[in-house]
Amino acid sequence: MRFSVYRFNPETDSKPYLQDYDLEIGPDEDMMLLDALLLLKAQDETLSFRRSCREGVCGSDGMNINGKNGLACITPLSSLKEPIRIRPLPGMPVIRDLIVDLDQFYKNYERIEPYLINDEPPCDSERLQSPEEREKLDGLYECILCACCSTSCPSFWWNPEKFVGPAGLLQAYRFIADSRDTHTEERLSKLDDPDSVVRCHSIMNCVDVCPKGLNPTAAIGQVRSLILKKSI
Amino acid sequence: MAISQRSFDAVIIGGGGAGLRAAVQLAESEYSVAVISKVFPTRSHTVSAQGGINAALANVDADNWHWHMFDTVKGSDYLGDQDAIEFMCRNAPEVVIELEHYGLPFSRLDDGRIYQRPFGGQSKEFGTGGQATRTCAAADRTGHTMLHTLYQRCLKCDTTFLNEWYAVDLVKGATGNVVGVIAICIETGETAFIQSKATIFATGGAGRIYESTTNALINTGDGLGMAMRAGLPVMDMEFWQFHPTGISGAGVLVTEGCRGEGGYLVNKDGERFMERYAPNAKDLASRDVVARAMAVEIREGRGCGKDANHVLLKLDHLGEDIIKQRLPGIRELAITFAHVDPIKTPIPVVPTVHYMMGGIPTNYHGQVTTVKEDGSTEIVSGLYAVGECACVSVHGANRLGGNSLLDLVVFGRAAGDHVVNALRAGDIEGHSGAFELDPALERLNRWDNTKSGERVDDIRREMGQTMQNNCSVFRTAEVMQEGIEKISALQERLKHAALQDHSRAYNTARIEALELENLMSVAKASVLSAAARKESRGAHSRVDFADRNDGEWLKHTVCFADDRLIYKPVNLEPISVESFPPKARTY
Ligand SMILES: Cc1cc2nc3c(=O)[nH]c(=O)nc-3n(C[C@H](O)[C@H](O)[C@H](O)COP(=O)(O)OP(=O)(O)OC[C@H]3O[C@@H](n4cnc5c(N)ncnc54)[C@H](O)[C@@H]3O)c2cc1C
Ligand code: SF4
Ligand code: SF4
Ligand code: FES
Repeated sequence: MRFSVYRFNPETDSKPYLQDYDLEIGPDEDMMLLDALLLLKAQDETLSFRRSCREGVCGSDGMNINGKNGLACITPLSSLKEPIRIRPLPGMPVIRDLIVDLDQFYKNYERIEPYLINDEPPCDSERLQSPEEREKLDGLYECILCACCSTSCPSFWWNPEKFVGPAGLLQAYRFIADSRDTHTEERLSKLDDPDSVVRCHSIMNCVDVCPKGLNPTAAIGQVRSLILKKSI
Repeated sequence: MAISQRSFDAVIIGGGGAGLRAAVQLAESEYSVAVISKVFPTRSHTVSAQGGINAALANVDADNWHWHMFDTVKGSDYLGDQDAIEFMCRNAPEVVIELEHYGLPFSRLDDGRIYQRPFGGQSKEFGTGGQATRTCAAADRTGHTMLHTLYQRCLKCDTTFLNEWYAVDLVKGATGNVVGVIAICIETGETAFIQSKATIFATGGAGRIYESTTNALINTGDGLGMAMRAGLPVMDMEFWQFHPTGISGAGVLVTEGCRGEGGYLVNKDGERFMERYAPNAKDLASRDVVARAMAVEIREGRGCGKDANHVLLKLDHLGEDIIKQRLPGIRELAITFAHVDPIKTPIPVVPTVHYMMGGIPTNYHGQVTTVKEDGSTEIVSGLYAVGECACVSVHGANRLGGNSLLDLVVFGRAAGDHVVNALRAGDIEGHSGAFELDPALERLNRWDNTKSGERVDDIRREMGQTMQNNCSVFRTAEVMQEGIEKISALQERLKHAALQDHSRAYNTARIEALELENLMSVAKASVLSAAARKESRGAHSRVDFADRNDGEWLKHTVCFADDRLIYKPVNLEPISVESFPPKARTY
């Protein structure tokens, strides 16, 4: 199989280039893209990428695969057209090869105060939550912070410091939707400006790429309408 | 080599569940704390944990921590230390409630309380009252929710993180006390001495010594390697848990919670074979028992598939709703990695290396101990270990499902508390005076300066295969002896291996080489300890010594880097309750 991989080493390369690799893969070998990258790295150990769980739950190996963001570890080679073009997640500074600097992405996550806030004094037992209330968190809490969504979002590319981006907003809504969180008002106020939320133009790239099948656009819609409701 | 220096009251190596729980405790105190993690914290292996965390909350059925304690002692095949087991089970309800208060999105019962499911090895009434329901769960993503919740909590209390930093070695002070670590910033290649009064290891497991494992690629036993290089021992390394249900071929885990929800295993005749091996607990017997039964079925020709090399986990009878609601992540994994939808088709599974019961010996405050020739223990000043890298020992010879996540938070918190108290009392010597940086730097220099030699990747591959073949579910003296020889030879070869990539910025090849040195130490300790233990207990199952032998072997194996093995008595004395004396273990 043919691979065309984005390469850049800041110590030796003045600019990035594409490197071609060939890999013998048997016809009925069932392999994920990450397995193939590991084999390529066994040939050429300078090839750099992040990886950890190799089962789609840690969010380490988001990359741009044949033009679309996804996780290498759960992308079967059989689903990809050759040559397989692999690039780092778009719009982020490249540290080396497929490794991008995610600082801004993490900052935007931290900005939405991604933790439960409840000022009532803690009790000895759990805070009760009905199964229906808990169900509101489904489709939100599963986010693995892989950044596939935000790095496919044009609004985030253009205004990463202002627009929170789909991943951060999905998490913002995860806490707004949690019946145990008492800071809904404050959370909404902090997002109520011309940039943080409203720069989403519902282009839906984020939904299209999310490897966990989550829907940031819908969550953003919810946040938006709650802000609207609050202001009337 | 130029080396920068930073200083904190406490440094935690590891941003998994154990490290972050300790971090919360310290960050909420008046002391400065930094968490060093070789990956961004939410990429730690804890994120993969599925089924849940044990606590006798009695939300679904009668329960109390005494029963939990009995099950854990029995599950450990009596090798667990009963003071630590009591401490863990007694504190379990409180730490789980605390996680809920931090925001962990547990699944819920109709009355609004935390959802609990049955797991293997759980009973009521000290083994006589039938199956208990003790495992608290957030669907089948409990580890993910726990890790993210703890990371979020750390953000709330402003913890300092050194993310994508790799700890290379411990630094010792004048009296043999620990005064910090040498670490590399992976992004820039910068080497630094991170000084601290207390260093807490929370570096996780080392399943990557085996070729096929449920463990993440980053589970390379770094804490154990660092401890051994510093002259400290590791304990009970012969006990590796094979989880019954790894997806055949992929090594990816599907949780015991599948069986807790009512799934069961069948062989090629469609027989529910666990009824023969464990007439009472059946598919929810302890993991060692189920894994061995599966291995026997496969060995005796009753495996499934064209190579007869796996059995099937049947879930379809549970119905679409239960699967989608309680096991959504499992369904996703089965579809991705086994190409079957468990709503319709059973999942092909094989016993797969999963968990390291052994580790760095500690007491139940998380303080690392070393062991002297006569078996007596001594506390190592300034060093703590918690989570899978530690051996406190609550899991003994076999861990119960749902007890590891519990271990992380109970002992993470306990170690954090102990450090805070010790700092307040001025009990920790700290980093005044002389310290020794050279050995660690020499090792780094060797990798940087060796220009030709064997490739790291080849050696890693051979190590994995050797452990797979020579230290597996069933063991014999001959096969393990061969294992020792092969691992020793590989360890020697590794000393002369070379990197092709000598760059500094994000050099993952260099990190992998350093990791392999740790893996090799762990592999060596495991096969040495296993060959020496001439009995079968828990996960250590010998064909040539098929029975447990309490007379001679009711003791912990302690192993040092120079291949020395010494033994330490098991603590059969709990803190406040009566001891559970060893008895025959049936399910
Ligand atoms: C698939 C799977 C499912 C599981 N399900 C369950 C379950 O349902 N219930 C249960 O109780 N247990 C379960 N377990 C076991 C449990 O998940 C692990 O034992 C536990 O998560 C280990 O946590 P930890 O905090 O000790 O380490 P980890 O989560 O592995 O974290 C280790 C940390 O140390 C850091 N680190 C390591 N080395 C270095 C270094 N040299 N320098 C800097 N940082 C370093 C890493 O970056 C990481 O942050 C499961 C395990 C697996 C494999
Ligand atoms: S829907 Fe909004 S957040 Fe998602 S990609 Fe489009 S602009 Fe970005
Ligand atoms: S929403 Fe989806 S794509 Fe975005 S970070 Fe979370 S898991 Fe990744
Ligand atoms: S390696 Fe964890 S998501 Fe791919």
